[in-house]
Amino acid sequence: MPNKPIRVLIAKPGLDGHDRGARLVTLALRDAGFEVIYPGLHQTVEKIVETALQEDVNVIGLSILSGAHLPIAEKLMNQLREAGMDDKLVVVGGNIPAQDIPALKSLGVAGVFPSSSRFEEIVAFIQSRVVGVL
Amino acid sequence: MADKIREVILESGIPVKPVYGPEDLGAIDPARDIGKPGEFPFTRGIHPFMYRQRPFTMRQYAGFGMPHETNQRFKFLIENGQNALNVAFDLPTQMGLDSGDPLAEGEVGRVGMAVDTLADMEVAFAGIPLDQISVSLTINAVAAPIMAMYFVVAEKQGVPLNQVRGTAQNDILKEYIGRGAWIFPVEPAVRLIGDTIEFCARHAPKYYPVSVCGYHIRESGAHPVQEIAYAYAIAKEYIKRGLERGLGIDDFAGQISFNLDIYGNFFEQIAKFRAARRLWARIMKDEFGAQSPSTMMMKMIAGGGGGGLTIEQPENNIVRGAYYALISALSGTQTMALCSYDEAYTIPTEKAALISLRTMQILIEEMGIGDTVDPLGGSYYVESLTSEFEKRIAAEIKRVDEEWGGIVEAVSAGIVQGEVARQAYRFERGVQDGSIPKVGVNRFRMEEESRDVALHPYDPKQAEESIRRTAEVIAARDAGTVDSALQKVRDAASNGQNTMPALIEAVRAYATIGEITKTLKEVFGEYAEQVKL
Repeated sequence: MPNKPIRVLIAKPGLDGHDRGARLVTLALRDAGFEVIYPGLHQTVEKIVETALQEDVNVIGLSILSGAHLPIAEKLMNQLREAGMDDKLVVVGGNIPAQDIPALKSLGVAGVFPSSSRFEEIVAFIQSRVVGVL
Repeated sequence: MADKIREVILESGIPVKPVYGPEDLGAIDPARDIGKPGEFPFTRGIHPFMYRQRPFTMRQYAGFGMPHETNQRFKFLIENGQNALNVAFDLPTQMGLDSGDPLAEGEVGRVGMAVDTLADMEVAFAGIPLDQISVSLTINAVAAPIMAMYFVVAEKQGVPLNQVRGTAQNDILKEYIGRGAWIFPVEPAVRLIGDTIEFCARHAPKYYPVSVCGYHIRESGAHPVQEIAYAYAIAKEYIKRGLERGLGIDDFAGQISFNLDIYGNFFEQIAKFRAARRLWARIMKDEFGAQSPSTMMMKMIAGGGGGGLTIEQPENNIVRGAYYALISALSGTQTMALCSYDEAYTIPTEKAALISLRTMQILIEEMGIGDTVDPLGGSYYVESLTSEFEKRIAAEIKRVDEEWGGIVEAVSAGIVQGEVARQAYRFERGVQDGSIPKVGVNRFRMEEESRDVALHPYDPKQAEESIRRTAEVIAARDAGTVDSALQKVRDAASNGQNTMPALIEAVRAYATIGEITKTLKEVFGEYAEQVKL
């Protein structure tokens, strides 16, 4: 187990403003003992990378409901690589159809949690993957 | 031994007894509190004969891609018996960005139609008579310029301003609570709403300039009492802005309508709407001194919401939709909309949208739902619950006003948002631990084959086409006229004049939504979100 709490950035990229899911997951991960930063709506990918660096997070959780998950995830993964931050665990949640999950994973997204995923699954997944990183 | 009687507590926190009787009507004075349909306090409905005289209006949300595609879907819905339109705009338009803006990338035409200039609105409404079909514009942060475009399109069709009908959503305060399509800081954003209210009261009196949305507040997780309480706190704020402009309460408040949500417990929703009608009538009469009955009538669209639909076993959502439609009718709504069964995971397909429309048509045509007004009126349970709801909504409004310093302060500081998020979290935990039943999710779950969802196709070429169209419009317009019109927008925004006349001039000159928004941002600045979780 890491001796300091896992730090997570929950990010709402793009123009979509439906953040019920992002707020729920923020509260659930906090209850699980993680340190969670949720900076609010309308984040650009550049801003997400910058915040992830400044806040020294282990995990970036993208919440996307607009249907634009593939182009946004691709852009984020590219910028993380360019910034030498490809050690960050990236997970995506929201309105993600099953047929798009393989494409997200091939971009380097570690886990995909479509709407109605259980909090305990998300927590367990992050715990299982971040231990090895630290 | 007999089975134990289950304890029942509604989402709003109200306990429910297994049996209700005459003793539960004790504090209710039938003449004062229930009354007759079409009469104060309108508990039973705002019209004396309701659907017997005029069936509820059916207004499905539609609009995607390019304006000409939206135009085709509108014509399809009208041909199939829909009598009102509800226009969806894409996210760049909602955020005041042109299709070519870098921030619009990947979003042009995705969740609604892309509008850059008046030319797009002209295409969207071509061949749709705006004096006959009632159009609702789902637009908020940039509602003022989009309304300006709508008025100019109507005028070009030969419909004068004082005859224009329709509704704009134009409820920015709820955008900060749920839905999130805000641009400007809270105060100037609310001031723009004051501008539209004043302009419509003086020049377009048949237009409904604001539809206050409990809907999105509830979709963000508020329980039904919070939904109505926050919506009413917001509506009262807009009304105060109208009064500050020197309007009389009866000159405009009756043109403010409500967009409310349906999902969850059946009788809880029905009591909510009946209580909301009664409380609104009392607020308008007692607090604002309204004289005209029309001002005291709470006019609403009650829509079956996406919040109750599930991704699991999605066909079950067709059944949920039918119950929501029944709730809506038993609640005495004027206008009904239903989320489509596939809406939990996509923008509705044409087939799904048609099933929603048919659901409402079956209810009114086959089921006799409109034969008599407020058939649940007088029920021991429904009347008792209605009174309890009224009390609790009034108490929550008082909390906003007295403990949180009013809705503008409470929203600016993120207090309401935090309150709603915590309620959403409590609810979601209940669903996940099974204490709140949800069929297909925590009851009667089945292993489902992962299905390939028929998503509404997104075409990246749409962005190119929209950018090209707008470039043509810009090349053809008179740059000097645009510049001077935008200068007038800037002047009106900074010196406190009503911005609507300048906005109409700007859209008429084919200024883009991006140019107009940028001009307003220079004066107003941008909202800095306060997250309090």
